[in-house]
Amino acid sequence: MKKRLTMHVDLDKFIPATNEEKAYLVQMRPSSTFFKDGCKRLLKNKVATVSLIIIIIITLASIIIPIFWPYGYEQQLGMQIGKPVDASYNNLFPMQYSESELARKAAGEFVMPHFFGTDAAGRDYFIRVIYGTRISLSIGFFASIIVLVIGMTVGSIAGYCGGKVDLVIMRIVDIIYSLPDMLMVILLSSVLKQTELAKVIDRSALSKIGSNIISLFIVFALLYWVSMSRLIRGQILSLREQEYVLSAQATGAKAGWIIKKHLIPNCISVIVISTALQIPSAIFTESYLSFLGLGVNAPMPSLGSLASDALNGVNTYTYRLIIPAVVISLIVLSLNLFGDGLRDAFDPKLNG
Amino acid sequence: MNSKTLGYIVKRVILAIVTVWVVITVTFFVMHAVPGGPFLSEKAVSPEVQAALEAKYGLDKPLMQQYLDYLTGIVTKFDFGPSIKQRGRDVITIIATGMAVSAKLGVIAAIIALIFGILLGSCAALNRNTIIDRVIMVVSTAFVSMPSFIMGTFLLTLFSVKLHILPANGDAAGGLILPVITLSLSPMSYITRLTKSSMLDVLGQDYIRTAKAKGVSKWGIVFKHALKNSLIPVITYVGPMLAYIVTGSLVVEKIFSVPGIGRAFVNSITNRDYPLIMGTTIVLSVLIVIANLVSDIMYKIVDPRINLE
Repeated sequence: MKKRLTMHVDLDKFIPATNEEKAYLVQMRPSSTFFKDGCKRLLKNKVATVSLIIIIIITLASIIIPIFWPYGYEQQLGMQIGKPVDASYNNLFPMQYSESELARKAAGEFVMPHFFGTDAAGRDYFIRVIYGTRISLSIGFFASIIVLVIGMTVGSIAGYCGGKVDLVIMRIVDIIYSLPDMLMVILLSSVLKQTELAKVIDRSALSKIGSNIISLFIVFALLYWVSMSRLIRGQILSLREQEYVLSAQATGAKAGWIIKKHLIPNCISVIVISTALQIPSAIFTESYLSFLGLGVNAPMPSLGSLASDALNGVNTYTYRLIIPAVVISLIVLSLNLFGDGLRDAFDPKLNG
Repeated sequence: MNSKTLGYIVKRVILAIVTVWVVITVTFFVMHAVPGGPFLSEKAVSPEVQAALEAKYGLDKPLMQQYLDYLTGIVTKFDFGPSIKQRGRDVITIIATGMAVSAKLGVIAAIIALIFGILLGSCAALNRNTIIDRVIMVVSTAFVSMPSFIMGTFLLTLFSVKLHILPANGDAAGGLILPVITLSLSPMSYITRLTKSSMLDVLGQDYIRTAKAKGVSKWGIVFKHALKNSLIPVITYVGPMLAYIVTGSLVVEKIFSVPGIGRAFVNSITNRDYPLIMGTTIVLSVLIVIANLVSDIMYKIVDPRINLE
């Protein structure tokens, strides 16, 4: 046996690794994160994937098509400056052309066909449906963001502070929650239009969006945050008992910091899922209100107002009703199915 | 019923009363934010007429006094004041007339939704993973997220405009058939899904296996053990369903021109008949609040294990 003197170093330990030993360390596949796992589960869900593809196609179409389409959504094709009103543009059936367009076609010019015809004022119905889709989608998206921000703030404050603060906030939430939401929405949006607020909005930079949409957002901000805040409060209540929160408190972290850095990230999947499910419900509410005549300001179209307008000529122009109705159903259905898929994939409690 | 359940009921009733009060208060003050106040039409009137109108409707009193008068009028006499667009008619008369029609529509729709929903749901659960189950689930998923006004317009175009089988007007004979179908399809689909999942849950319980082991017949198990227990979640849905039917009836009555409270409400919004808007909002809200209250309390009584807090 070799006698070791000073360093007590075992030289055997410094022999280069054999190939066999190296093989142990090869990473067969990258370690999976929670997010990757969820995405994998989501893509395996065929219904959710198809819904996602439909949503993406509709969204892209509503963004891209208006850029290059030769007709505008409010452009009355029969009315041109310096010319008499051309009534042959009004109420065209799908793929029909007006007289002047036929003349231009005969001259060999390319005329973009009216895929869905035109409406009573001679506006291209296809671009109106596309624009209506864009408006309905963006209302759904922004309303959900508003709901998310308010619900998250209130819910996390109630959950983290607990005690009296929680009690007061939750009683308010209880009352708002048991208000009949649709009736309150109708009431508020029918009144907000008449008040000074609407006039202020119409004069300001927001006038392009229209006072009706703003009042819709106000209504959402007032009424729809409650279920989100309930959900987040419940999550935070269980999370704040965790050791890492105690440790953060012990090192002197402030409440806002703990909520932002520890609690919210831990309930992010619940937040994302319920926001995703909020979008179709906001789109639904908007189309419902537009249908009752409380939605977007004319001449701006939304899917609900298009369907509502079409009800007048339903005997002759049935397709004008069917088209927006199909688009709304498609959007709401696929968003709902995608949201369900998202919940199945990302809610750890359901994975069991 | 133990004291805890009783305590819950008391709490729930108080919440309902507070909710109704909030609805009345919000409605009143929101309506008074309208320029000119709710009782005046936008037509310009001479100062004398204006003063006479104000005196008649108590508008010369301070706002708080008007509010208290309105509140006591509702609570003691169901008095919502006169309509400003339909001269000589009180809001409560208009509501009562409309309610007679709408209640018929709503109740029939609710009953159809419950019966067919439970039947189809049980059918899907008992024939799990067969073609029957698949068809029922696909159809109910499609119907559940279809807004009522779209369903209504589809049925209208299909049956009245294209096929001429059923009348498009709610006043005509058989005119309520389409509105009832429109209103009941979405809640029916929801109840189908609810019944199916809870039935499947119940069928996997130990007591079902015990019953099978005892030799209870298949239908005995379904009716005596499974169905009863799987209907508990359906009870909670009754409140939201009535809320859905009430809001759905607004558009359905507009589409099929049914002379109910929903159409009166929609017309009052377009006409800016503010007292009528206020009255209808309050009456419909009270209905929804009561429906939710009853279904919550029933749920608690049927299954005391459930903690609704």
